[in-house]
Amino acid sequence: MSEYLVNIEHERLSFFTPAGEVKALNDVSFHIKQGEVLGIVGESGSGKSVTAYSLMGLTAYPGKLLGGTLDFNGHRINDMTEKEFQKMRGNEVSIIFQDPMTSLNPVYTIGNQIREVIRLHTDKSKKEVQERAEELLQLVGINEPKKRLKQYPHELSGGMRQRVMIAIALACEPKLLIADEPTTALDVTIQAQILELMMELKDRLGMAIMMITHDLGVVANMCDHIAVMYAGNIVEYGTTDDIFYNPKHEYTKGLIRSIPRMDSREHERLVPIEGTPVDMLNPPKGCPFASRCDQCMQICLREKAPVMHFGDVHYTSCWMNQKAELEGGSAK
Amino acid sequence: MSDKLLKVEHLYQYFPAGGFGKKKKYVQAVDDVSFFINRGETLGLVGESGCGKTTTGRSLLRLYEPTKGRIVYDDKVLFDSGDVPLVDDNGKDIVVDQKLQYGRKTAVDMKPYRREMQIVFQDPYASLDPRMTVGDIVGEAIDIHKLASSKEERYNKIQSLLERVGLNSEHANRYPHEFSGGQRQRVGIARALAVDPKFIVCDEPISALDVSIQAQVVNMFEDLQEQMGLTYLFIAHDLSVVKHISNRIGVMYLGKLVELADSYELIFHSLHPYTKSLISAIPIADPKTARESKRIVLEGDVPSPLNPPSGCRFRTRCPYATEKCAAEVPEFREISKGHYAACHHIDTVN
Repeated sequence: MSEYLVNIEHERLSFFTPAGEVKALNDVSFHIKQGEVLGIVGESGSGKSVTAYSLMGLTAYPGKLLGGTLDFNGHRINDMTEKEFQKMRGNEVSIIFQDPMTSLNPVYTIGNQIREVIRLHTDKSKKEVQERAEELLQLVGINEPKKRLKQYPHELSGGMRQRVMIAIALACEPKLLIADEPTTALDVTIQAQILELMMELKDRLGMAIMMITHDLGVVANMCDHIAVMYAGNIVEYGTTDDIFYNPKHEYTKGLIRSIPRMDSREHERLVPIEGTPVDMLNPPKGCPFASRCDQCMQICLREKAPVMHFGDVHYTSCWMNQKAELEGGSAK
Repeated sequence: MSDKLLKVEHLYQYFPAGGFGKKKKYVQAVDDVSFFINRGETLGLVGESGCGKTTTGRSLLRLYEPTKGRIVYDDKVLFDSGDVPLVDDNGKDIVVDQKLQYGRKTAVDMKPYRREMQIVFQDPYASLDPRMTVGDIVGEAIDIHKLASSKEERYNKIQSLLERVGLNSEHANRYPHEFSGGQRQRVGIARALAVDPKFIVCDEPISALDVSIQAQVVNMFEDLQEQMGLTYLFIAHDLSVVKHISNRIGVMYLGKLVELADSYELIFHSLHPYTKSLISAIPIADPKTARESKRIVLEGDVPSPLNPPSGCRFRTRCPYATEKCAAEVPEFREISKGHYAACHHIDTVN
């Protein structure tokens, strides 16, 4: 087994819609080690959710994997059958979704939905399953688990529902937890509770987390590594400090500039990224960000920039760095 | 002419929610909220979902008829239920011979005031009629208020409005579905600007937008304010955006205004325990600060506005709560110049 829990190399994935081919992922590569938190940030439509779904085999028709290799925990995802996926999902990898109201089934009790996962993946007796379900609710900080198990999703608040989702996801102690915008639908004070719970559980159970979000604040607080995605590409990858203090791609720089800072004491005008995200039906030929980039050069429109490494983990593909190297002569 | 463009005094907004007779229940969406907005300033209103910030914005435009309260716009009383005390310039109830003074029951026709007071809604997908072209959406207000004397003038007005919000004139013939979220929000803003208003309620105008687009729209709000001398009530749940755009900020919790102060004062010297926890709960986009700072994580959820806690509504989640908090409703009072808060234990908390 390799040292990585997740190792994705050169993944290309398209959706074949009636309007044409949507190139959702263009050459995406990254890896996650055991117990690590990777943040994937990007705008809507940048491919961050698709990356996660493809790892769980959830991008069936009209989605099609066109190339690359996906390895997870000793499995080669590319050639897994639906049966094998079913065994893996919920057991080795779980997911929590953005909206806990639509991802829980309204006509079943909480208990029903938690017990289902445990029954499917273990051969525990009825009594053991019940005990495990109660234990899980306690783990995610829900009081009176016996009473709660008999309730329906609509009887719980948003924060509670998300806790139930986490309990379901953790039922079989997965190696990887994918969190797809887990707190976007929640209020800030509840968001703080859920994020704290996730970090605490990560330390206790030793799982890796793939955190998908558009909120730079959330990743700054939680993640070890960050992948910045734009139009189906990872435009920059690095440790949290690399991304925030030493961003090398113009999009990352723009993103960090564009958010209002809580701790500044003077009124600074925001520096927005002009323009709108690219149309994924006809992605541009060169750098996907070129049309919105204020440093855009001729070459950016023609060709994609090669990947350039800074140190062990930090890499980006932006022509500006090549330019800096040529001019400075000794950029590392 | 006073500096205060809008005054909201003892505003109550209750919505009936089932039950009959004495058992009739009400959602206490807004409960005794008073504030004012100066000419040309931006007042931010923050709070969690269900705290009544949107309802406050809609009630003061009388999109909902307030249950009780008084709304004064530009020194003219738009609404007075007749059973709330008159308030002087410092926000104190007026007492003559130990008796509270009341106003006369009033409810004026709002149509002329709609020209001055406008609103930009949260969801740019739901607030634009999908069967109307953008030109007609923007032009509708011009037609209703008869602001154009000829077809040509109407057309020119629409063109200049669209250009003002960063769209181009050919967009007038398109339908809302042809636009992205950020562009739709621009259409919503152009629609609000069509009647040349003085005051705009911005109800979570950027929450539905992508991060990189949010900054564009925030900057546009600031530019428009400067060019047209607008006054905003900016409602949002994202405190960092509100802090950026507002001169003063009010914090709401479960239908009550708990703190109101100058933006920087509120962020850096907050007094109310709820404001403090709200500020500390916001994830800071700076890994070093995030590692160093200690979060106050509030326990539990917001109680139901159908049956709010007695006394201070925050007491069920407040780490400082005592018996007094359950017994008495804390008064919303001025602690230092222009800094209001409603808490019994301000000295202990700070």
